[in-house]
Amino acid sequence: MACNKGKYHDELIANAAYIGTPGKGILAADESTGTIGKRLASINVENVEGNRRALRELLFCTPGALQYLSGVILFEETLYQKTASGKPFVDVLKEGGVLPGIKVDKGTVVLTGTDGETTTQGLDGLGERCAKYYAAGARFAKWRAVLKIGPTEPSELAIHENAYGLARYAMICQENGLVPIVEPEILVDGPHDIEKCAYVSERVLAACYKALNDHHVLLEGTLLKPNMVTPGSEAKKVSPEVVAEYTLRTLQRTVPAAVPAIVFLSGGQSEEEATLNLNAMNKLKGKKPWSLSFSFGRALQQSTLKAWSGKEENVGKARGAFLVRCKANSEATLGSYKGDAKLGEGASESLHVKDYKY
Amino acid sequence: MASVSFAKLNAPSSQWIGQQSFSQRQGSSARFPARRVSVPIRAGSYSEELVQTAKTVASPGHGILAIDESNATCGKRLASIGLDNTEPNRQAYRQLLLTTPGLGEYISGAILFEETLYQSTTDGKKFVDCLREQKIMPGIKVDKGLVPLPGSNNESWCQGLDGLASRSAEYYKQGARFAKWRTVVSIPCGPSALAVKEAAWGLARYAAISQDNGLVPIVEPEILLDGDHPIERSLEVAEKVWSEVFFYLAQNNVLFEGVLLKPSMVTPGAEHKEKASPETIAKYTLTMLRRRVPPAVPGIMFLSGGQSEVEATLNLNAMNQSPNPWHVSFSYARALQNTVLKTWQGHPENVEAAQKALLVRAKANSLAQLGKYSAEGESEEAKKGMFVQGYTY
Repeated sequence: MACNKGKYHDELIANAAYIGTPGKGILAADESTGTIGKRLASINVENVEGNRRALRELLFCTPGALQYLSGVILFEETLYQKTASGKPFVDVLKEGGVLPGIKVDKGTVVLTGTDGETTTQGLDGLGERCAKYYAAGARFAKWRAVLKIGPTEPSELAIHENAYGLARYAMICQENGLVPIVEPEILVDGPHDIEKCAYVSERVLAACYKALNDHHVLLEGTLLKPNMVTPGSEAKKVSPEVVAEYTLRTLQRTVPAAVPAIVFLSGGQSEEEATLNLNAMNKLKGKKPWSLSFSFGRALQQSTLKAWSGKEENVGKARGAFLVRCKANSEATLGSYKGDAKLGEGASESLHVKDYKY
Repeated sequence: MASVSFAKLNAPSSQWIGQQSFSQRQGSSARFPARRVSVPIRAGSYSEELVQTAKTVASPGHGILAIDESNATCGKRLASIGLDNTEPNRQAYRQLLLTTPGLGEYISGAILFEETLYQSTTDGKKFVDCLREQKIMPGIKVDKGLVPLPGSNNESWCQGLDGLASRSAEYYKQGARFAKWRTVVSIPCGPSALAVKEAAWGLARYAAISQDNGLVPIVEPEILLDGDHPIERSLEVAEKVWSEVFFYLAQNNVLFEGVLLKPSMVTPGAEHKEKASPETIAKYTLTMLRRRVPPAVPGIMFLSGGQSEVEATLNLNAMNQSPNPWHVSFSYARALQNTVLKTWQGHPENVEAAQKALLVRAKANSLAQLGKYSAEGESEEAKKGMFVQGYTY
């Protein structure tokens, strides 16, 4: 019905809507080789392909977990990996009713003339790569733009550059059948209060949707992955209800109803915090034409990792921890989480790393 | 719920950051340390009232009666029934409309022209008081009309920003609680990027100034019906226009919970070979709204722009067949007044019948807002199209 109806129009809309199914969310398992190395190092596991594969198999083959997931974001290496018994991961996911997704950005670089602000790379050859990923079974993509709050940040330049990068990426994805997750992460680092975070988030999101509109992106075939609106990491904490109010207000002011789902990043919140905040948002009464769900990396995997510690004999225990977090977040998307998830070791541990390089 | 916490959240200037002196920082940005920017407070001291006003106007089963025709335009209306364009005649006509008993059941706001805001009934009762008694919010047209836009493709822009703040404050004192500013975009003329940008920026400036003075701004970029373009082209242009409008509204720190929109419905051009059904118009219009209007906006009050009375009602009804994230309603002038005028003919003995005619249209549109309207029993007059090519308002 749009003037330029692309080849994948209906499929994009259907897949984006599916990801927003109530009771489901996204597992972000797309850590680059370098980043996953840090995770493995934290549990004294060597960063080799076999171990990376083993970790992902541990997660994806947890019995009963996939029902709580509508999508899993993968790193390129993982898209082509298999279980120990030879079954491709994409098949495991598809059979479990989970859409495979793929991280397509190539990391951030500093913007000259700014005080450490960045832009995200990855547009060169993106079209061909997306087509290749689609052929391998991916149905959605992810690109992470990063902004920070400071005395003079985010600058107009950084906002514009990141918004337009996201829009170009989104357009190219849609041309190649992948639903783009639009992720303008505003880092939690800093002493700023929640009002400041809200103000900056509004500016950034307004710029993002302006850019997406200028590029004729089909909004019904996209997802948004924003930060929740919270005080900075060095400021006093607030309750989940306050986070929910500010976040909802911000989204109501910026995100058109055509976007089917908003899948929050956890950005350094502990597993339990992230779940409680998401739950509060879904309990809050107010205009919510999009579904509110999760796209968590650390906040789904932390206690699982600790329980596993790289040991075969711990796989059962680790899977148990993973299942607990999946179920808790599933309930949070329905506003029915009672806060009674069996807290694994590390579930309440903050996952914030200052000036986190992803 | 949002507005309760909202008041709490919108604390006054205690949030100012930026009282520190410039820091001495290394790096290339240290050469010109910029002033630290505080968090702008949206809408200042009127925020709660603006949110409440907007909510009241956008209440279920209600819409806006637009009677803000300038004196010249009102003259055309009066001329069509053989009346001279004098102040007493204009006053008599507006009195007929505004003293209609029971109007407040269907109408939540009335947009007035400046002259009317200061007028009274023949018994000496202020028009604004007549409205308030019926719980109808008085609104005021604040723009100063369209003039040619230099450097464009024969397009127009809307004037009225000079002195707008003090005029708005005066209107608020007189009892107005919302304002209206109508700019236009022409599809046959492009529209050019310049015309769209100017329309959107002008609206954003007007909106910010209005809110600063206690008036809820109705944001009206009318995409004229003129042209032979298909409905897909209307959708494309509407998406572009509203994208610009919302972006500039945000840049001007306008409080979205305290604005109302007055868009054109998305339809084919008036000269397009095929007419579209109400269901098609609803589908395209709702698609446009879902793609462009943040849920924080409380109400969308459509203009009728030359559609017949019945058409305007049918289209509105089709849009309300399932729940929307915003109140979807009407702000009609011709589509509420046409039959009324023809019934009145300027004769005092016809006033009651004319007022009844107004109630018929108001009720029909009220039902349409609730998605419950049926066109059975509508008169032929009500079905007559009112499109005038190249219409100057």
